[in-house]
Amino acid sequence: MTDLAPTARGYAAITGEIVGIALDYPKRRAWWICFGVALLLLLSFFVSVTVLFWYGVGVWGNNIPVAWGLAISNYIWFLGIGHAGTLISAMLLLLEQHWRNSLNRFAEAMTLFAVICAGLYPLVHLGRPWLFYWIAPYPNTMTVWPQFKSPLTWDFFAVLTYLIVSILFWYIGIVPDLASARDRATRRRAQVFFGLFALGWRGAAHHWARWRQAYRLTAAIAVPLVVSVHSEVSLLFAAGPIPGWTSTVFPPYFVLGAAFSGFAVVSMIAVILRHALGLQNLVTPRHLDLLAKFLLATGLMTAYGYWSEVFDTLYAGEHQEMGTLLDRLGGVYAWSYWGAVLANFVPLQLLWFRRVRRQPLLLFLISLSVTVGMWFERYMLLVTTLYRDYLVSSWREYHPSFWDWSLFAGMLGVFLTLFLLFVRFLPIISSFEVKEALFEEKEEAEEATETAHG
Amino acid sequence: MAESAPGTGLFGMLAEFDKPERLLDAVDKARDAGLRQLEAYSPFPIDGLAERLRFKDQRVPLLTLLGGVLGAAVGYGMQVYTNYAFPIDIGNRPLVANPAFMLITFELTVLFAVLFAIGSMLALNRLPRLHHPLFDLDEFHLASSNKFFLLVFGNDPLFDEGRTRAFLETLTPVRVSPVEHTEIPE
Repeated sequence: MTDLAPTARGYAAITGEIVGIALDYPKRRAWWICFGVALLLLLSFFVSVTVLFWYGVGVWGNNIPVAWGLAISNYIWFLGIGHAGTLISAMLLLLEQHWRNSLNRFAEAMTLFAVICAGLYPLVHLGRPWLFYWIAPYPNTMTVWPQFKSPLTWDFFAVLTYLIVSILFWYIGIVPDLASARDRATRRRAQVFFGLFALGWRGAAHHWARWRQAYRLTAAIAVPLVVSVHSEVSLLFAAGPIPGWTSTVFPPYFVLGAAFSGFAVVSMIAVILRHALGLQNLVTPRHLDLLAKFLLATGLMTAYGYWSEVFDTLYAGEHQEMGTLLDRLGGVYAWSYWGAVLANFVPLQLLWFRRVRRQPLLLFLISLSVTVGMWFERYMLLVTTLYRDYLVSSWREYHPSFWDWSLFAGMLGVFLTLFLLFVRFLPIISSFEVKEALFEEKEEAEEATETAHG
Repeated sequence: MAESAPGTGLFGMLAEFDKPERLLDAVDKARDAGLRQLEAYSPFPIDGLAERLRFKDQRVPLLTLLGGVLGAAVGYGMQVYTNYAFPIDIGNRPLVANPAFMLITFELTVLFAVLFAIGSMLALNRLPRLHHPLFDLDEFHLASSNKFFLLVFGNDPLFDEGRTRAFLETLTPVRVSPVEHTEIPE
């Protein structure tokens, strides 16, 4: 019917191809090289965090008024990247789009690791990070409760919920494949590992039926969760009465921007894994094409957000808001505004062409440009707004310090290390869902031929 | 569907099929033949298979709803309670500020609903269960790859080793194998 699933091959071949990677990883040398780089970056994380905890947040470029620097802009950036994973797997599951099956597993893993990185940022930004548990409500001897009207507490609940829901959704989705790996494993260690985590799954019809109920319900709940988490971030901005942060377009603009950056990262990961592990049968040009279309669509919606923000300011004509707008367009940090506009939307226009969408290298480069562009955008939204507010006395520039950058590099290391471990040891594509799609497509095709022949 | 208790003859009789259509067909025929204690195994969920086995359980969705309602109550209640327990009077702003409370209420609604959905799925499926008589059969490892199985439990009123095997043989299986009870730890 389509070039989405490897229709010519049997169920056993699919199992072998996907589960085989987890059991007997093919390109070990390339993996070790990548893992070495990731570990170096991870080392940078531990060093930066140690320095930060030892000397305090003063080692960063943060100041007053720019108390939110790289830490919070990276928090939003990472959280945004995570969103596409949930959207791909949950929204497309509910819409019964079978092509998601080749992408959802690693997209969800990406979400998980991106949310972990995002969650670490507010923690290390706290000033006294070892007291982070004070934002959780627990009966303490001081009989003090957290301030539930504070964005920091909202963050805590939003990120924690998002993390737990992502882990559970990803985990129950992977259990049947862990059972596959358990059944094929020959080495004792792999048998025990997969045996424990497969929970004794044996594919009973009653189990599948309840599993489907739970999986679909979780997906249905995860979609509004995604919207709420990033709207929460924009609400957190709006809670600070600062010019440039109070536009009503912010919640949808943040959510779409998040999905935009997330689809860019999913496209990059898809292109890399496909090439590195020879998954051309499972991640076909059609998948790249669909991802690219999503990227283009969310990109154009994000562009509407940019436009609407400018329009809003000009229409309201408020003095301070206009000042912030002019600072964005031509101030000290104009590079971040124009960088965002150029990197996000100019290469993106190539995706109108079908040939570009199906070309892995071009798609990778465009996605990379979008990922960088969205980083510029998060930086621009924070810094251009904070460095100049109502009073000239509180105008001050912000420049990230070495430790800001080294923590950012380290956080990329956290992400890469976790992701590489996932690629190495777990089934990175949902094999049972590919098989299910294959079966259903075959049935549909048979029905179609039957009706055609009367 | 209830599993046969240990010490009662065979655990069941297992038929292996190479196509999902054959399994669906076999389930129908087994039901027509009056067998009631049945379970089917497949590497992926097959539409309609559970329904043919008379699966009507709606407890997972109901418990999910219950979890959501409970989460909303806990989320909202916690914020109201703590604001009265430790009042922070800033500019005489109201202690119970609904717009500010809705976020955490929503997040906890979602969290509890998902925890209940997945928790109830696992509990009702009796998972995790790392040990099962079927795991002793060599061919059963294909249930997660490309084969489809029908199991008639030994506690079915019509179960009889010879006759059940003969019946299953008529359904064009790849093979039919008896499933023994596994040893119970003393």
